[in-house]
Amino acid sequence: MTKRVLLIEDEANIAEAIRFILSRDGWQVRVLGQGAGAQAMVAQYQPDVVILDLMLPDMSGLEILTALRADAATAGLPVLMLTAKGQGRDREAALRAGVSAFMTKPFANADIRAAVRDLLGA
Amino acid sequence: MSLAALTGSRLRAARTALGLRQGDVAARADISASYLNLIEHNRRKVEGAVLQRLADVLGQPAASFHDGISGALLEDLRGAAAAASEAGPAPEIARTEDFAHRFPGWAGLLADLHRQNAQLARSLSALNDRMTQDPHLSASLHEVISAVTSLRSTTGILVETDDLEPEWRARFYGNLAQDSDRLAVGARALVGYLDGFGLADSPGIAVPQEEVEAWMAALDWHLAGQGGRRVAKADLPSAAARQLAQGWLDVASRDAAALPDPAFSTAFARYGPDPVRISADLGSDVLAVMRRIAMQPHSAVGLAICDASGTILLRKPVDGFAVPRFGAACPLWPLFTALARPMTPIEVVIETPGPVPQRFVARAFCQPSHPGGFHGPELRQSAMLILPAPADSGTAQPVGSTCRTCPRTVCPARREPSILTA
Repeated sequence: MTKRVLLIEDEANIAEAIRFILSRDGWQVRVLGQGAGAQAMVAQYQPDVVILDLMLPDMSGLEILTALRADAATAGLPVLMLTAKGQGRDREAALRAGVSAFMTKPFANADIRAAVRDLLGA
Repeated sequence: MSLAALTGSRLRAARTALGLRQGDVAARADISASYLNLIEHNRRKVEGAVLQRLADVLGQPAASFHDGISGALLEDLRGAAAAASEAGPAPEIARTEDFAHRFPGWAGLLADLHRQNAQLARSLSALNDRMTQDPHLSASLHEVISAVTSLRSTTGILVETDDLEPEWRARFYGNLAQDSDRLAVGARALVGYLDGFGLADSPGIAVPQEEVEAWMAALDWHLAGQGGRRVAKADLPSAAARQLAQGWLDVASRDAAALPDPAFSTAFARYGPDPVRISADLGSDVLAVMRRIAMQPHSAVGLAICDASGTILLRKPVDGFAVPRFGAACPLWPLFTALARPMTPIEVVIETPGPVPQRFVARAFCQPSHPGGFHGPELRQSAMLILPAPADSGTAQPVGSTCRTCPRTVCPARREPSILTA
């Protein structure tokens, strides 16, 4: 069965590139362009991994991560967080909140492919 | 500093000019001739009551024999000692004045280095704050990083994918063009922002308020004489300083319009530096009169202005009264007393600490304002004129500059221990 990836990223061109890269790698990818509705989308789409941007226009990726970890159904869901350098404090907070892995922008396509494979145990 | 500038040498010069013998002067001052000899050769320090008696015998004010070591220099040296004592063993703080007397050149150099060091530390702190907290910088960086991330991924796809369908290729080319534009705009915004920061043009002065005060001092504080012009980059390199300076120029223009000459000069000649009486006579607000008094050409009147938090907004220094560059000022200043008693004139004779304490008359006044009308917050601004005290000024309120470098051992308002009494 094809593994599902939910990408929560507001930058349309970045989202398009990641979706293309992962789709080519055989994953099924769905994109959510804002933080609102993230939990509902997770519940409905049942992704195997979530790629979550830290800086979203309407809310912090950290809030979404915290909400996911607070829900027993998604407490163990692998979450790859996209961050930028200089967000050290947020990264520490994300680690405490239970993030699975980080990817620093800008990243190489091979790196994000490898990170998702790792999280899915593929 | 030349030897002639030292207290002992000055005493000797005054005595010989009067044709008095050392023994006679010593006897009248109630000290031994040998002790006076040591004093006159700068081998014994003289201050307080002994200096006063010698000055009385020689018929001159004690202050005229003071050695010229400025309070500001001693303040800076104590500041340097305070900084050093936080990192390790303190230097001989009790001998600060002795050090300044004996090695004035080195003392001046050390004070300069301390000031520069403090300014650099503040620059770093300001930069750090900007990098981590400034929303404008954060947004600009986010824009640039997002564009670069997209460019890198999209370029990777175009280079790495041999069998890319034409419609996807066209789509990614379009994204590349879009992100290139976005990167250019973001980079320009970032460069413009960093350029406006102005540090490259003023490495020695990191705080806009200090830049503005240095600029005002260069204009002899006579802002009204600038005729309400716009502050240019040639005046002040940093945008923040220009904005502050423009604010004060505008205030000075309004003050000059509200208190025009010759009416103001006539009232000043009549009432002296009494802002409340001038205000009542000319129908202007008291703070405007205070600014007008202190910012007249060649005025020797000092001025400090603070907001309701006690933060100093403007400091026009006066010799002998040190306004701290760093850290909070002495809470006993009438400037702060006035904050709690708005619209009430407060006059206090204040005395600064030191080997030769200096007295000033401080006139303070606090004025509330309500720029948001009935539903807005009340703002307060307090101002204090620092005037020379008359000889018969009576009892004085002891004040300091800032707790850290104030030598007073007993002070009900002390916030933190002094390095001078530790």
